[in-house]
Amino acid sequence: MNSSEKNIDAIPDANISKQDLLIKFQDFLPNNAVLHDAEDLRPYECDGLSAYRRVPMIVVLPSTIEQVQSVIKICFQNNVPVVARGAGTGLSGGALPLEKGVLLSLAKFKSILNIDPLARTARVQPGVRNLAISDAAKAFGLYYAPDPSSQIACSIGGNVAENSGGVHCLKYGLTVHNILALKIVTIEGELLTIGGISLDSPGFDLLALMTGSEGMLGVIVEVTVRLLPIPERAQVLLAAFDDVEKAGAAVSAIISAGVIPGGLEMMDKLAIQAAEDFVHAGYPMDAEAILLCELDGVNEEVSEQVSQVRKILTEGGAVEVRTAKDEQERALFWKGRKAAFPAVGRISPDYYCMDGTIPRKSLPEVLRKITSLSKDYDLPVANVFHAGDGNLHPLILYDANKDGELERTEEFGGKILELCVEVGGTITGEHGVGMEKINQMCTQFNSAELTQFHAVKHAFDKNGLLNPGKAVPTLHRCAEFGAMHVHKGELPFPELERF
Amino acid sequence: MSDISQQIKEQIEAAIANKTPLNIIGGNSKSFLGHAIDCQNLKMAEHSGIINYEPSELVMTARAGTSLEEIETALNQHNQMLPFEPPHYGSGATIGGTIACNLSGPRRAYAGAARDYVLGTKIINGKAEELKFGGEVMKNVAGYDVSRLMVGAMGTLGVMLEISFKVLPCLPAEITLVQAMSADDALRKMNQWAASPLPMSATCYINGKLYVRLSGVDSALQAARNQIGGEELNDSKSFWFQLREHGLPLFKKAEKLWRLSVPQTTSPLSLDGEQIIEWGGGLRWLFSDSSEEEIRNITKSVGGHATLYKGESPTKNVFQSLDAGINKLHHNLKHAFDPAGIFNPGRMFNNL
Repeated sequence: MNSSEKNIDAIPDANISKQDLLIKFQDFLPNNAVLHDAEDLRPYECDGLSAYRRVPMIVVLPSTIEQVQSVIKICFQNNVPVVARGAGTGLSGGALPLEKGVLLSLAKFKSILNIDPLARTARVQPGVRNLAISDAAKAFGLYYAPDPSSQIACSIGGNVAENSGGVHCLKYGLTVHNILALKIVTIEGELLTIGGISLDSPGFDLLALMTGSEGMLGVIVEVTVRLLPIPERAQVLLAAFDDVEKAGAAVSAIISAGVIPGGLEMMDKLAIQAAEDFVHAGYPMDAEAILLCELDGVNEEVSEQVSQVRKILTEGGAVEVRTAKDEQERALFWKGRKAAFPAVGRISPDYYCMDGTIPRKSLPEVLRKITSLSKDYDLPVANVFHAGDGNLHPLILYDANKDGELERTEEFGGKILELCVEVGGTITGEHGVGMEKINQMCTQFNSAELTQFHAVKHAFDKNGLLNPGKAVPTLHRCAEFGAMHVHKGELPFPELERF
Repeated sequence: MSDISQQIKEQIEAAIANKTPLNIIGGNSKSFLGHAIDCQNLKMAEHSGIINYEPSELVMTARAGTSLEEIETALNQHNQMLPFEPPHYGSGATIGGTIACNLSGPRRAYAGAARDYVLGTKIINGKAEELKFGGEVMKNVAGYDVSRLMVGAMGTLGVMLEISFKVLPCLPAEITLVQAMSADDALRKMNQWAASPLPMSATCYINGKLYVRLSGVDSALQAARNQIGGEELNDSKSFWFQLREHGLPLFKKAEKLWRLSVPQTTSPLSLDGEQIIEWGGGLRWLFSDSSEEEIRNITKSVGGHATLYKGESPTKNVFQSLDAGINKLHHNLKHAFDPAGIFNPGRMFNNL
């Protein structure tokens, strides 16, 4: 498809043939750690965004930091672009390979190196699964807070590269708030420690800059995360509404009352019905929207907040409010929410998951406009919403086998993201820009801002070899995109020549 | 309250054209921090005012010159707060200076630092371009996190015009418990308690006593109190305020003050002079005349770093020097944002 060729003008040309590069890699890596046959390369052609596919030239699977350094030094010396890949669960095509590039898999970096229960830290290799950290920390009464819905499979290195969130962000923050230190390999092959085990470090906040940089600035080879004490108690309320706007207002009312829930999620009718059909969570099928509100903390605090929130929900017009009666029912309430994506996958041949963030107050307006766009494009949408932090996941239902439907879906998705920017939000809350939202970056940022991003990239990677073409569009790409989407008659990027 | 961004931009344009560096000044309350630099002043205090505050969105956007006092008063009216509890160090303290220095107070170990709450910034870079990064939403991963890069950069990468930050509701009640114990015991306890679900919001070990602040609903405080033990301090608010603002007698009489940032579980550091421990063990204020070399080496050997907070240094280094690879990235980034080197040159490190 065309989309996977977006931004192609940013890719450098290698000075070495595939054959010569293979010989260099095979010199220090075992044969099974250097893949180059078509059938071995195929599994790496896409990440979690399977609409975009490209077969890489070579896949390497190093197992030590020294090997990663050697791979990168060879690539640097020969001007070969490198795409790093963790578990490959990303949803924006950030790990989409390059036909003339090396795909650097960190899948073999699977060890938890150390857990310090008193200091509440874990030092782990980048290929360790998100959930495996919490599983290992559980014996000490600790856990790792960010919990993206793919946490069973996604790796911590990828979480750092994307600054992953999850359902507990409002209270416990994103990846950037929950890590202390990184070891990275620069494009020159140098091993650097970013951040440290104290609460802050001298100089610039490179830890924040690396987090969410989508593999553009360095390759993460070790992560030190903060662990938190497992809350004494967690309680979930489920509230059903006959109107989406009332549900949105209830969210604001809870937060205005001074309550910060551990999780606060909203689902609309189509999402509720799909989830209920799939996992039988006991959701009210006739509701227009449901809210799931998890309150966690010390026992006494949770008790007080449960009654406070119940009152707010009832006064806010909820037609029904349930409190999970035990741990089993709490898990069931969440199961429906966590299964929402696959549940939608059951009722449609394909779905496309968007990831905009909006100020919460704009929710009714945004939902109304999405409904109207849904009619215009003749494609149904199910809405799943991290309501507490304004992160909206509209799922567009489509059928890739129908001619033109994917293209229509992409255009519809692009419109939703532009709508998010219009109300003061952003084109991506937690999935990253990757390849997918490269065009919408032109909507969110002007050419001076994009140029500043390129300058940051240049500070780390002057030849543009790390994951080139992702995350930040070239100005020419934006000019082309802008030519297709003239906004209010103003030509974007007027300073660029037109051909 | 006024918007003088045009005037600021013009002064920056002139500075670039004339190659005359600028010393960015907000309320001038943090002039003691970092190296003194002899440049033309770029005054930010007039560029002030809260632009947007939505209590139900937990977000505020203010011009950089807005005083912390104005911001805290506005938040207080809605029973909200800056969770990182920043020190003011003077009546004119601004949000811009606070964020530029990444200053956080007693709550830092339990709620996060200034950098954790920044959501977006509008800056002018060293090419006199006005740029906007991040925004007013909690989750935003579009582009590099330039907003957080500005936090703690001490104005060396650009001039912040506006800052958007997350705020939180105030907690309903607060008590402070005091008990005498050794420094070793205090450090162990602070870390053990932090590893269990207790409503702690500040800790301090000073003069042989451990102070623990608890914040939350009354019933939760009473339950935690039984677990932690100690006597309740009468004037809790005043104690933490004096600690935060360096108003306690130890700070007042000191001519030389070191700030040591170390891993929280680090045993008491064997350095001459008195120490105050904060942030669950992560922050040690050291009042010492020991040599700079000794202080820096010992701090570094435990995985931390030392800042000369107040007083003269014979080597003219305020901050711990950076490793070579990290130093190179700093210079590359400085060049990426401020190619002409006009913003606060040398304030943080020589040649930066």
